[in-house]
Amino acid sequence: MQKNTPKLKKGLAQMLKGGVIMDVVNAEQARIAEDAGAVAVMALERVPSDIRADGGVARMSDPKMIKEIMAEVSIPVMAKVRIGHFVEAQILEALEVDYIDESEVLTPADEKYHIDKSNFKIPFVCGCRNLGEALRRISEGATMIRTKGEAGTGNIVEAVRHMRTVNEETEALQKMNDSELEKYSEEERTALDLLKEVISLGRLPVVNFAAGGIATPADAALMMQLGCDGVFVGSGIFKSDDPAGRAKAIVEAVMNFESPKILAKASEGLGEAMPGLEIDLLEQKYAGR
Amino acid sequence: MKKIGVLDIQGSVEEHFAILDSISKDRFEPVLVKTIEDINGLSGLVLPGGESTAIDSLLQKYNLDNEIVSQAKNGMFVWGTCAGAIILSELGLIDIGIERNAYGGQLHSFETELEFNGKKIPGVFIRAPKINRVGEGVEILSKHDGGAVAVRKNNILVTTFHPELTDNITVHEYFVEMCL
Repeated sequence: MQKNTPKLKKGLAQMLKGGVIMDVVNAEQARIAEDAGAVAVMALERVPSDIRADGGVARMSDPKMIKEIMAEVSIPVMAKVRIGHFVEAQILEALEVDYIDESEVLTPADEKYHIDKSNFKIPFVCGCRNLGEALRRISEGATMIRTKGEAGTGNIVEAVRHMRTVNEETEALQKMNDSELEKYSEEERTALDLLKEVISLGRLPVVNFAAGGIATPADAALMMQLGCDGVFVGSGIFKSDDPAGRAKAIVEAVMNFESPKILAKASEGLGEAMPGLEIDLLEQKYAGR
Repeated sequence: MKKIGVLDIQGSVEEHFAILDSISKDRFEPVLVKTIEDINGLSGLVLPGGESTAIDSLLQKYNLDNEIVSQAKNGMFVWGTCAGAIILSELGLIDIGIERNAYGGQLHSFETELEFNGKKIPGVFIRAPKINRVGEGVEILSKHDGGAVAVRKNNILVTTFHPELTDNITVHEYFVEMCL
């Protein structure tokens, strides 16, 4: 019998496809998320829009809170660590969370190195803005990717940009000849084997969700139509007027992302979405981390 | 031509569909199923792996749960893998007891070799449920560690593992044989 193999790590992400992963800050929100049909919850101390508003250093959450959330729900529980903070990851592994997000939403701990994720038993999801970044994270052991978007803004524009970039770069890769591929491999510091896998699959070799700015059922369906496998919703749910109603509506939208009639119905009467922010006016962009 | 559907709400939908497509050889047409109309006229339906609470709430929302039960009672073959197994038990379509996440969280997910209906196959268990009671007339097709991990009664097949995450087609072929 084998445990913690790449197949099992990738496999759990495959089970989440077509679903919505919701940010929650306590057990009560986790209950609302599970009841609304979330496929997993992301346990964190403050949702990104509050991290933005509060400023300061954002760190891994209190283990007590993570344990309370794990006790509350039966769906997988994910939690975030700072980029490069492998001790926070060791702590989350000791807590036996189901997935670790090495996340730019928290304040980076290491400006040079990401965590060597293949050393961990718990699988990792990481953010990307483009294909090269996604493949570097996969080389380090990430078994799930999410496009970064710009968390805590309620503005979908960066999520769209990152998803389109990954798609366009994947298409461009498929048209490259051998010498162009070698050059790309050197410039992007990614193994040639991994590039060849992307070329033959026509997509990333792991599940890829969209994140960062999804606030409405239409936003979620937009990202699905652009080709992602599912969505993370952060501040978008619990910073809106009617979290339970909006959570259910976004779950419905992801299942029925190609049915405008169902999307219209799901979008009806949800009250105010979270307040949005203009990307150009942000003091701090997280995606560049 | 007979149709075999994969419930397309959430989870390992593409994986099941790809294997069915690769073994169909003009014997049946694999289709994706989202609506009551899609279920109508199917010979068989696969409930994929995923998160059973999420799948269950959407089944109820669109009244698909009642349609699956009524079609299964009319003879439609249904196979549930992992989350699908939990749903089949909850819908009362097979008399088994099932315990969710019975092995623990992702740290306790595992791969092992199984014997299924006399053949060796890879068993991929991801936050898997356990079958803790097998009702009368339920046939055990595979065991792990003394407990049933694949069972069948009449037109209902249950596996707590994920054949769709491997390149072994034994269980898919078994289900297709049931349907044809």
